[in-house]
Amino acid sequence: MPETITMEVWRYRPEHESEPTWDAYDVPLRKEWAVLDGLNHIKDQLDGTLSYRWSCRMGICGSCGMTVNGEPKLSCSTFLTDYAPGPVRVEPMRNFPVIRDLVVEMGDFMAKLPAVKPWLVSDDEPDEDTEYLQTPVEMDDYKRYSMCINCMLCYSACPVYALDPDFIGPAAIALAQRYNLDSRDAGAEDRRDVLASAEGVWACTFVGECSVVCPKDVDPAGAIQRYKLTAASKAVKDLLLPRGAR
Amino acid sequence: MSTGNAVGGEPPLYRPPVSLTWWLRNPSYLLFVLRELSCVFIAWFVVYLLMLVYAVSSGRAAYQEFLDLSANPLVVILNVIALAFVVLHAVTWFGLAPKAMVLRLGALRVPPTVILAAHYGAWLVVSAIVAWVILR
Repeated sequence: MPETITMEVWRYRPEHESEPTWDAYDVPLRKEWAVLDGLNHIKDQLDGTLSYRWSCRMGICGSCGMTVNGEPKLSCSTFLTDYAPGPVRVEPMRNFPVIRDLVVEMGDFMAKLPAVKPWLVSDDEPDEDTEYLQTPVEMDDYKRYSMCINCMLCYSACPVYALDPDFIGPAAIALAQRYNLDSRDAGAEDRRDVLASAEGVWACTFVGECSVVCPKDVDPAGAIQRYKLTAASKAVKDLLLPRGAR
Repeated sequence: MSTGNAVGGEPPLYRPPVSLTWWLRNPSYLLFVLRELSCVFIAWFVVYLLMLVYAVSSGRAAYQEFLDLSANPLVVILNVIALAFVVLHAVTWFGLAPKAMVLRLGALRVPPTVILAAHYGAWLVVSAIVAWVILR
């Protein structure tokens, strides 16, 4: 194994340049080092001006999403040795405006997320002492979708989001389904207008890359296709059945 | 702190352009674009079917003319390409079905492979019926 690996890092410093450039750094190649460790080495030892987001280093916080050799990855769980002998190209996540270097602007997602009401909606004010019991089978219905860490890799992988930024997007729809499928929730009807709109599930053309890149195996593509069937059958029922029988 | 060249506001965001060849970057993007393109060939098959119906209703001479047109190598090539796109559309559509349909038998979820197999089974049965109607 060579002792070092070259990391080519995408740079954008708005006070210096209007177009991005590349900087190359040689970092130690150690088998336990992730791309994030390489970036931390650059920041600490080689070039303190490099900007990027990170926090937990263990695939939980969802802060360190980047494009590594063209693929959306969490840089804390992507190992340098997998790219030996290199170089490793690190770019910001695709489909987002870039604030600086590897730091992207996620305001669009933050604005869209509340629209799908990602919280438990109940019909009436719950009693303080009420316990909401749930069986393991009921929990199994939504648990997968609850694992989302909002890392945005799915948006970065989605060509529909790239072409149509109004698309609500994979994570927001998966999170809506996380609550729609929860036996304690009564908000499915509230979420329907947003989810069943042209910018909701119907914008998705099932490319499936969101589920491929998801580091938590959430399967947003599955959540979206499942809601398409729900929305379509609901629309048919609305058309055919009298109000009371829907 | 320096605000650089962005006087009196936030520094400008950089919006990377979407390249014209983005769909060649990943096989699943290519598949997605080909599937979108398949609608053109499905539309062609609808037109072709309407042409057949019109020819059949217009008498023997018109039907013969339609058969001659269909035997033209260019039309044969077009139809072979269109068939490939329609098969691509059908196969990827069936691939979606197990994702969309979550069926439960009591506490057990019907495995996705069973749902997929049921779709292919139904396709086979319908194709067999159509073949029987045409060939008998």
